[in-house]
Amino acid sequence: MSLKSPLGRVLGLGSAKDGTATWWAARLTSMALVPLSLWVLVALCRVPLLDYDTAVALIRLPANAVAFALFVLVAGYHSMHGLHEVIEDYVHVPGAKVAALVGIDFVHVVAVAAGLYAVLKVSFGGVL
Amino acid sequence: MTDTSRPLSPHLQVYRFSYTMATSIFHRATGIVLSVGYLGFVVWLMALASGRDSHEGLHALLGSLIGRLLVVGFLGAFWYHTFAGLRHLGFDAGIGLNKAAARRSATWLLIATLVAVAASAALVLSGGRS
Repeated sequence: MSLKSPLGRVLGLGSAKDGTATWWAARLTSMALVPLSLWVLVALCRVPLLDYDTAVALIRLPANAVAFALFVLVAGYHSMHGLHEVIEDYVHVPGAKVAALVGIDFVHVVAVAAGLYAVLKVSFGGVL
Repeated sequence: MTDTSRPLSPHLQVYRFSYTMATSIFHRATGIVLSVGYLGFVVWLMALASGRDSHEGLHALLGSLIGRLLVVGFLGAFWYHTFAGLRHLGFDAGIGLNKAAARRSATWLLIATLVAVAASAALVLSGGRS
């Protein structure tokens, strides 16, 4: 017989309690990505050749710079979350699972930082 | 998880295959593809920020036939994932959950994707110099 109290036995069991926030963040970013990704796509389509000068001029426009930066940020979160979900569903070896999740986090944080830096650098000038 | 003596929820292998299952699986698959595409987009932005020379190399690669086919592939994954994502937002709101409606929206998803992919392919493969 255990000396643990009934309360002691159940504390810490059950869900992590923050699943709703994660779920909602995925939906929120997916809704935001509909206009954002279409904006980025249409902007890129308007300069079909996308040589250096037209691409730089494109990102120099303030509205495009904001849209590109937001896209990098929101798509980065959405991608990270989506890959997390895939790993959590299919990788059940504890070590490999944590390693994959940490790797996904690191790659995405670096990608978001690099993407934001690149958009800001191009839009603020100094690269032509 | 090493302890599998507890009851598990039924998974893919116990269901008879239906095409609404394929739409769900393909949504995940295209999501993974788009994660790779996202990293590629960031690389393109970094090349642009690094100056004319580093952009030229990537630009030449993207302009080649293989590069263009790659772009069309990512665009295809984008259109599918976007349309299927909207469908899933509908599901989350409780819209179109019965079998007939889900099958109808799956058909529309396929049609919309094919049209968008055809338009994207025409634009990317025909436009500009290589």
